[in-house]
Amino acid sequence: MYRYDEFDHQVVRERVAEFSDQVSRRLSGDLSEEQFRPLRLMNGVYLQLHAYMLRVAVPYGELTSGKMRRLAHIARVYDRGYGHFTTRQNIQFNWPKLSDIPAILKELAEVEMHAIQTSGNCIRNVTTDAFAGVAADEIEDPRPWAEVLRQWSTFHPEFTYLPRKFKIAISGGAQDRAATFFHDIGIRLVRAESGDAGFQIIVGGGMGRTPRVGRVLNGFVAKSEILSYLEAILRVYNLHGRRDNKYKARIKILVDALTLEGFRAEVDAEWQRIRGSVVEVPAEEVERIGAYFADPDWQALADNPPELAAARSRSSAFNGWVSANVMAHRVPGYAAVTVSLKPVGGIPGDATADQMDALADFADRYSLGALRVSKEQNIVLPYVRQDQLHALWQALVAEGLATANKGLISDIIACPGLDYCALANARSIPLAQMISERFSDIARQHDIGEVTLNISGCINACGHHHVGNIGILGVDKRGEESYQLVLGGDATQTAAIGDIAGPGFTAEGVVDAIETVIGVYLAQRQNGEPFIDTYRRIGLTPFKEAINAAR
Amino acid sequence: MSRQIVSANRLTDGLVVFRTAAGTWSERVEDARVYTAEDAEIEVAAASREATVVVGAYAVDLEEQGSAPSRLRERIRATGPTIAYGPAAVITPRRAAGA
Ligand code: SF4
Repeated sequence: MYRYDEFDHQVVRERVAEFSDQVSRRLSGDLSEEQFRPLRLMNGVYLQLHAYMLRVAVPYGELTSGKMRRLAHIARVYDRGYGHFTTRQNIQFNWPKLSDIPAILKELAEVEMHAIQTSGNCIRNVTTDAFAGVAADEIEDPRPWAEVLRQWSTFHPEFTYLPRKFKIAISGGAQDRAATFFHDIGIRLVRAESGDAGFQIIVGGGMGRTPRVGRVLNGFVAKSEILSYLEAILRVYNLHGRRDNKYKARIKILVDALTLEGFRAEVDAEWQRIRGSVVEVPAEEVERIGAYFADPDWQALADNPPELAAARSRSSAFNGWVSANVMAHRVPGYAAVTVSLKPVGGIPGDATADQMDALADFADRYSLGALRVSKEQNIVLPYVRQDQLHALWQALVAEGLATANKGLISDIIACPGLDYCALANARSIPLAQMISERFSDIARQHDIGEVTLNISGCINACGHHHVGNIGILGVDKRGEESYQLVLGGDATQTAAIGDIAGPGFTAEGVVDAIETVIGVYLAQRQNGEPFIDTYRRIGLTPFKEAINAAR
Repeated sequence: MSRQIVSANRLTDGLVVFRTAAGTWSERVEDARVYTAEDAEIEVAAASREATVVVGAYAVDLEEQGSAPSRLRERIRATGPTIAYGPAAVITPRRAAGA
């Protein structure tokens, strides 16, 4: 993975010193809350419903065992013994004291971590596929480019005060596992007929109160020109984006207003001015960064070793876990493993300090010390030998981390909701717990098969409910919680925003409605098609009718 | 006649606190002094001058009867997350696996 150079170290150290000084001036009263608020937000410190919250960046989701141990240490010493992994591949601590935050940031800086670009109207932390560099369907590894973008966007003087926050995702797989169609800018590695790899640029996607599927702005941008092209987009946005209305300030609204063609014309005009100029990333720099993502020393191994086959036939629990949580690797004999942070009745994305330490140990023992945070709020071990899968599984079982539900109905993505979030209308976590209890039978989950389920506690859509195959939105109905059910969303390259199946559910009511929806799917399923395919084939109506009949 | 209590977040640690009859701040909602809307406004203004003690003081409506805040958001804010969390919420390996 990328290692900081002296410049990076210095930038982070200076930022820690600067913010430490600002915190002490706030505590002494030299800074008012109005003066301090934007400063703390620039450093990832929010004030939530019950306490401060610190959001720590995990650039493109990559962690080492050493970093994970440091996160565990921070959770234990400065927080209440746990952390929460988010849909943007970051981690949040829910109970830090303001007076401890300088010390926390110092501890993070020692392991090349920080909270920069985790809040404010800047280009946020770039996200990518949690299986980057190991997925069998990958065109090219997107991580070097994610790092190029990180360096380009961090403290970019022109783009520090954008009209609104700005999110970029990059994906290298044929399958889009980074939701590129739902970011301000989505970037997909594609191959031209010439055989060259380059970038497809998608713009104006987003969720929130005005969900939009992003649209292809440019089908192929050469790698050497990526920064001038992005710079051109950002300039057009920075100039024309609406600063007068927070709800109309995202780039998706600008693209709507100018039309895609109009927006493209503006971008192209700006691009022609700066194309090939100093803003481009030099080839040597790409090579230097690429070297940090060089392959580990793979052993010459064969796929499906006999010990794996034997263990699978011996234990149906292990077999179920392998079929759900183990993904094909581009290198024979290896596997990419998802460690589910969604146990039955658990809190999606939460991990205790002890679990983080255990994960760090497992990474050292079984995954060359590497871990990833996925946008599904799980942890990925990317370099596991297939002949060690059984040993890893046994170790995970002992820690309660072997839930075999990746991509299944209880692999729920949920925002913190009203249990933590000051903006929430309704709770998300208890609902996620109820759903995973209702569908706790793992054999039944495997029978239902692939389906994504997302819960947001308000229209800001941090739980990505618009793009869940099944989505739930919490709303406020005269001071009480109410839930809306949405069906048919899709975060992948076959992107879709879900349709409203029904409003006004109680928490229990929405769980029953999901049960009904699954019943319709199972009755209508053909040839083992996944939920989303049945939905596309038969449409919303049969689901809606069944829900209403059962109400 | 609406009855209110005054709440804020403590500056140093961010925790939710309530204005007491003694003019101090307590983490326990039970310690909160109940005001009329008019008096609560005065108290909020006073709290905003305690900038090194608390942040974001505001008045919270109470239910017509009893001493609980009327809105769910304020009830959760007053008593903490409604779910067990952290080490207290660890799921046993058997249950985690859905066995
Ligand atoms: S979706 Fe709403 S409730 Fe959930 S975390 Fe985002 S702002 Fe908070």
